[in-house]
Amino acid sequence: MNFAAPRFSLRFVPVWRRNFLVWKKLALPSILGNLADPMLYMLGLGYGLGRLLPDVAGVPYLTFLAAGTVCYSTMNSATFETLYSGFSRMHVQKTWEAILNTPLNLDDLLMGEWVWAASKSLLSGVAILLVIWLLQLQENWLLTLWIVPVAFLIGLAFSGLGLVMTALSPSYDFFMYYFTLAITPMVLLCGVFYPTSQLPLLLQDISSVLPLTHAIDIVRPLVLGHIPPAWAWHALVLLAYGAGGFWLALALTRRRLLK
Amino acid sequence: MAVLSARGLCKRYGATEVVRGLDLELAPGLCLGLLGPNGAGKTTTLRILLGLVEPDAGSVEVLGLPVPRAAREARIRIGVVPQMDNLDPDFSVRENLLTYGRYFGLGAAALATRIPALLDFAGLTTKADARVPTLSGGMKRRLTLARALINDPDLLFLDEPTTGLDPQARHVIWQGLRRLLAQGKTILLTTHFMEEAERLCDRVAVLDHGKKIAEGAPRELIAGLIEPTVVEIHGDAAETWAGTHGRNACERLEQAGETWFCYTREGAALVDSLAATPGLRFLQRPSNLEDVFLKLTGRELRD
Repeated sequence: MNFAAPRFSLRFVPVWRRNFLVWKKLALPSILGNLADPMLYMLGLGYGLGRLLPDVAGVPYLTFLAAGTVCYSTMNSATFETLYSGFSRMHVQKTWEAILNTPLNLDDLLMGEWVWAASKSLLSGVAILLVIWLLQLQENWLLTLWIVPVAFLIGLAFSGLGLVMTALSPSYDFFMYYFTLAITPMVLLCGVFYPTSQLPLLLQDISSVLPLTHAIDIVRPLVLGHIPPAWAWHALVLLAYGAGGFWLALALTRRRLLK
Repeated sequence: MAVLSARGLCKRYGATEVVRGLDLELAPGLCLGLLGPNGAGKTTTLRILLGLVEPDAGSVEVLGLPVPRAAREARIRIGVVPQMDNLDPDFSVRENLLTYGRYFGLGAAALATRIPALLDFAGLTTKADARVPTLSGGMKRRLTLARALINDPDLLFLDEPTTGLDPQARHVIWQGLRRLLAQGKTILLTTHFMEEAERLCDRVAVLDHGKKIAEGAPRELIAGLIEPTVVEIHGDAAETWAGTHGRNACERLEQAGETWFCYTREGAALVDSLAATPGLRFLQRPSNLEDVFLKLTGRELRD
């Protein structure tokens, strides 16, 4: 496989603009679809289950859950975009093939897809942030503004990983494996719904290497009003997942398309 | 100076050699047709020339640029019509051209003048705001051709541009391509339609199993490689006739299903004798590129 380092150029921008133009046409259903699911979880569980619970990590359960939901929603959006929409463009509509006949090379194309999916997922994270502001769940409004760039970083991490799956996938059905074996376990093990300290030690160890844990370790303190401990480390891990995923996806897609 | 020149191209996938020592040369303003049965290596060759596939051996220069090293710079001046339509289904006709133009780094001002001209060229002005799924097959192909022209390319690669089109739509595409040749564009075309190659191409190269087995102007190939006249013979008595007279009456006799193809220099004499035989139906016609192609690549199916 060709693991040559990605060559960066600004030619990725037209790919981003192409996807943005499509998104604009379908913006309303897309926003609703992205927002409705995580928001229902958050409000349903936050109010319903929250009533039965004492404070979790020192705050009402809804507040605790809201911070996790920002990350979960961002992850979901980045994953769906790179898996299903990305696969459509690569395999079904052959949009990527059309683009590769222009001056863009595969590095530009995947860079455009990567940054686009992160941008779209940023919107999903920010939508939950708006709900947090609306319900006044945050401790320090100014501090929560940091969630905006962090959501983009979370988007990059999960878009990078998603592009790897897309590069490997023979069909849409393949993505079920990724959801069952990676996304769903992360949703349940990484501290969206409860502190990871509740888990048995082995599961805590597993959880500590998963990207969603690192995302939540940054976002939750920001919602609760303090600077996240070791934030630079968590950000670095997210960046490593994103960049590593992107690089691997590039090598895999070269093998798939440029043969 | 050649617009395109390839020397000794080889490409292997596992044990299969798809392209085997191919040389190609294309002078400016001409149309070169790549003919060959399925699996002859045509599309792989185009991908190598575009810098999308690295050949195992050989060198490519396109528009004076080494490919794949300077493939990006070369592709800035190339237009491509792919075999399968890959227009953006979410977009209108105009948005397809706009988006594609951006890939070439064209700004809003340049696109504002080019898009109307291309819509006019493709006869799609009234369809500018129609979404792609609502277009007919012919319109989609015309849009794909217009899209390939968005960067005003010097060189066009057309991979089976009229496959799947009805005769009317095909003739419209041919007219468009002739206009482009008249403007001085250089065209590399792959096709299964010999008629297409004969009409459009100054030269054709016949590929089979990754090798070039003939090259020349269509008329030269017909004159040089094959007898000038063919008589196609069928009917109840065809088989008997072929068995008794075929070998003597024809310089070359080929069978495809129930039809016998009798290649000869003496069409008139043959036709007289056929007319006198009951139970035969026949058609005399000048040999064409398809006859050359079938002679060179054989009549058995390639899947």
